[in-house]
Amino acid sequence: MAKKADEAFTPTGMVYKSTTLPKPTRKKHKTLGLKDEQLPEIFRNMYLQRRFEERAAQMYQKGKYGGFLHLYIGQEAVSAATVTVLNDDDDIISAYRVHGMALARGTSPGACMAELFGKKTGCSKGKGGSMHFFDVERHFWGGHAIVGAHIPLGAGLAMANKYQKNGRIAICFFGDGAVDQGSLNETFNMAQLWKLPVIFVVENNGYSMGTAVERHSAGQLHKRGEAYDMKNGVANGMDLFSMIDTLNDVVKEVRETNEPYFLEVKTYRYRGHSMSDPGNYRTKEELEEFRTFDPIERLKDYIVKEKVATKKQLDEIVEEVEQEVLDAIEFAENSDFPDDSELFEHVYTQEDFPFHK
Amino acid sequence: MAEKQFRDAIREAMVEEMRQDESIILMGEEVAEYNGAYKVTQGMYDEFGGKRIIDTPISELGFSGIGVGAAMNGLRPIIEFMTFNFAVVGLDQIINNAAKIRYMSGGQLSIPIVFRGPNASAGQLGATHSVAYESLYAHIPGLKVMYPSEPYDAKGMLKTAIRDNDPVIFLESEQMYGMKQEVPDEEYTIPLGVGKIKREGSDVTIVAHGKMYHLAQQAAKELAKDGIEAEIIDPRSMKPFDFKMVIESIKKTNRCVIVDESHPFAGMASEIGFIIQRDAFDYLDAPVQRVTIPDGPAPFSKHLFDLWLPNAKDIIDAVKTVTYRN
Repeated sequence: MAKKADEAFTPTGMVYKSTTLPKPTRKKHKTLGLKDEQLPEIFRNMYLQRRFEERAAQMYQKGKYGGFLHLYIGQEAVSAATVTVLNDDDDIISAYRVHGMALARGTSPGACMAELFGKKTGCSKGKGGSMHFFDVERHFWGGHAIVGAHIPLGAGLAMANKYQKNGRIAICFFGDGAVDQGSLNETFNMAQLWKLPVIFVVENNGYSMGTAVERHSAGQLHKRGEAYDMKNGVANGMDLFSMIDTLNDVVKEVRETNEPYFLEVKTYRYRGHSMSDPGNYRTKEELEEFRTFDPIERLKDYIVKEKVATKKQLDEIVEEVEQEVLDAIEFAENSDFPDDSELFEHVYTQEDFPFHK
Repeated sequence: MAEKQFRDAIREAMVEEMRQDESIILMGEEVAEYNGAYKVTQGMYDEFGGKRIIDTPISELGFSGIGVGAAMNGLRPIIEFMTFNFAVVGLDQIINNAAKIRYMSGGQLSIPIVFRGPNASAGQLGATHSVAYESLYAHIPGLKVMYPSEPYDAKGMLKTAIRDNDPVIFLESEQMYGMKQEVPDEEYTIPLGVGKIKREGSDVTIVAHGKMYHLAQQAAKELAKDGIEAEIIDPRSMKPFDFKMVIESIKKTNRCVIVDESHPFAGMASEIGFIIQRDAFDYLDAPVQRVTIPDGPAPFSKHLFDLWLPNAKDIIDAVKTVTYRN
């Protein structure tokens, strides 16, 4: 018997265009409060994320390390805008597609690559791997891989900030799949009720693994905020300036009001969900279309066109980043694996905990 | 020294610690304005206010996770569950986040948090409200588990739990909240992982924790009439567990009965029994026996419930088995 699409529970039988981007801002960088000298550095930041992950994928395919590998490629404007707009001591927490955010925050490529390789010099000492990068010194609180489970943690970071009156705000990133978890709804309710200074950001890249957003979420994602009277909005995550423009407003608002905000960022991942993703849930045309407004190329074009820097200067940055990533690989390869004794280190703070045998 | 109820001991521990450490907060359902579903937190809202004593919605996952996030970032939350039967809704936050984030971050942060509230059965409440969870939590690396049986222990142990820099599961019982015992006003703490011999005897070792400890005492009184002197060990902490104390006692008594309100399959009693056979095999004069609830959910009907819940007679029978008096 033929499978009838109209009898299916989950909408099925067709490929959706996963994401429609809002129009990018036309504002120039100076209007957004960015100085000339910042732009090449933001370009460096974004390109480092891109090149790091391209190389990380190569190393994975060469069998240099195991585990899962979820690439952020395509979404770099979101992380770059975040670290540009937020203060360095504001608290960032994210999900499992996390390499880009850690690198953007300043965690060294060597420590990140070593973490992928499972080495003791990794940013989580080889205990976390690809999905669990941590750099608490830089107020980067991980890397969390149970979908949606870190949303209450983000609110908790904000609660502690508000309690301690330290002026810091928290920003909590998750994918569109996490919007469907109960944790989001419980946390939104409490965050609004308790007026917690936290920005919840759904990086809506169109797909929860292989399920298009229209197939897993009823309604528009950002409108989930309205059920809790939470301020909400949408941003174009494929355009750095649009992201910065939106975050400028949102961060100011959250800092001043001490109340939460739910931001839906429309973005796109160019690679699969993980390394084993055939990608047959989306069309080649869709992928090609999104490649035409690659956030990194867009920034590069702007910088050259506006004569903020020359193409040659940007090429030099590309060369430097290339070398930096190669150095990171060398560092990771040459680092030691954790000592055997590390098996039981950091389970507890208590040093003499009598582990059961 | 004044006699105090179990609930007073728990409250005193929290109040005293909160007075000396501003970073401690208490969150849970009905803990503030209602003064606690079981009056454990009575008066705390009046003393500390809504910034530190926080009523939550019925969102166990949400407030457990917010507590973990706050603990990562400098606070020392106490999370009260109205019962641990409801904590199951927030289990992901306890098992995946509280217990593991320190490890996965390579030790970059600590999570000083206490999850506390009543555990196990409390009369005819039906199957979902009657589960003893100590073995489940004790199974998870990264957690510490305490389960006091008396007011004196409860106060000293809860202070230890609150001061601990790791996540602690602190189990209580609705049916013990009204129990009275002399509890000093002076400062004292009881260390984690240290049991207590609460009755000395030479004929059999009974290991019993939480509410079951009291059944063991009843059984021991009856057994004494038959000339059997039971040594009762209250392990107090479930994890780490004071196996040394149990083994040393068995070296003297050569017999052991474990009383545990968990289900029998893969419960605390199973693990304690395994360790005894491995570490005290040559000292045993009889196979170790255990008294637990059955391998089935709690029934409602009084008749069936009484059949389901262990009683002193079950313990007496088990002791008679290991002493070959049956």
